[in-house]
Amino acid sequence: MEHTVISASKFNAWFGDNHVVKDVSIGIEKNQVIAVMGPSGCGKTTFLRCINRMHELIPGATGKGSLKLYDDEIYTMNPIYVRYKIGMVFQRPNPFPNLSIYDNVVAGYKLNGLKVAKADQDNIVQKSLTSAALWNEVKDSLHKKGTFLSGGQQQRLCIARAIAMEPEVILFDEPTSALDPISTSSVEQLFHELKENYTLIIVTHNMQQAARVSDKTAFFYMGELVEFDDTKQMFTAPKDTRTQNYITGRFS
Amino acid sequence: MTPLENEISALKKELISMWILVQSQLNKAKEAMVQFDKDLAREVLIKEKRVNSFELKIDRDCENIFALHCPVAIDLRFLLAALKINTNLERIGDIAAGIALYVVESSVNFDVKALESTSLLRMYEEAVNILIDTRTAFEKEDTVLARSIFKRDDVLDAINENAPTTIAEVIKADLDSMPEALYMLSVIRKLERVGDQSKNIAEEIIFYVEAKILKHLESSQRKIEGEK
Repeated sequence: MEHTVISASKFNAWFGDNHVVKDVSIGIEKNQVIAVMGPSGCGKTTFLRCINRMHELIPGATGKGSLKLYDDEIYTMNPIYVRYKIGMVFQRPNPFPNLSIYDNVVAGYKLNGLKVAKADQDNIVQKSLTSAALWNEVKDSLHKKGTFLSGGQQQRLCIARAIAMEPEVILFDEPTSALDPISTSSVEQLFHELKENYTLIIVTHNMQQAARVSDKTAFFYMGELVEFDDTKQMFTAPKDTRTQNYITGRFS
Repeated sequence: MTPLENEISALKKELISMWILVQSQLNKAKEAMVQFDKDLAREVLIKEKRVNSFELKIDRDCENIFALHCPVAIDLRFLLAALKINTNLERIGDIAAGIALYVVESSVNFDVKALESTSLLRMYEEAVNILIDTRTAFEKEDTVLARSIFKRDDVLDAINENAPTTIAEVIKADLDSMPEALYMLSVIRKLERVGDQSKNIAEEIIFYVEAKILKHLESSQRKIEGEK
């Protein structure tokens, strides 16, 4: 289907013998913000990392089942290409410490040996930093190191780095858990702007954040996708008792 | 229990206390009307202030819980329901005070026969019983009992619809009884409102427990939707 960007059908993932993602089936539509929540160890981050083939980078980690980007099976695609199309932003801002802000944005091209003309690079940098709501703050210090920025700015720089590759989907693994409330607010505001052009999948432990920023929410528990529904429905009248117990803090 | 569960439990107890007070107000207003007991009627008017205080306190508690605990799912539905039940109970309290006020201001007592012929006493008892049962449904989260309120409210509606005829008969039998007869009509109208408020409360209980919205549905549709 044209509008389904990521789809999984009976997808499973393991760390060695440890079955951490169990028969997950889900369809994620284009230009939506999806929040993924669940208790620690429920498989949500593993599932996220399977989507851009980062899971397999861990020795002994495997995946099985259907996981598609549009109509293409992600596990038969070139993993480097998968990571172009499906970017990722991590919990802690991780700009390359030795690179300037400018070089951080175009790092994806440089590290993969992709030649881009200087004028095009300038365009990519400005466009990506603008999309990440950082351009106005750094346009006069593009050649300073990325680590010179505040935590919130560094995280937006990482988002700009992901955007620079023109992905279809951006994965976020607890993107604001290391940020103060003001930086968190600016990143959340950015989600609303980014969804016009990208599909965002956000793993978060912050339920209020999930409620604030997402269109749909997925609840994982013990490796299973328990419930996937409109966020409004999930936070007012979840269908599964396990979801209700989790979001109301009655989980034992 | 989590802090939010403690808060919700305390709020529930407070609502039940308000419910008991409102129920007592309604009973005392009835007693004052039947016995023409002005002192009892005055007591109802004085205690109306307590009902109002409960309303303000519960509103404030709900506001604090929203602000401090960000409730979701069943907790959110409980708080939304609690706010509306609070308003409905306060209005029933107003109705009890309205009935008591007439007793305080009137110089003529009621003819017990007229109270019976107009079904006013039967209606009053049913209205109080409905209020008691909505409280039980709330306390036990019993949506079957809550649903039964809809049908019982129909009984109050029927008496209310028939009231112009029965009241006209009372007036025809004794023209001098017109002021009391018109007052009885007013009480019947008020009791019909008690039925409506109780029905609203029953809808809120079902919303809170089952996440089903039955508001503004025709009674036949409400039955179908409610039982899904």
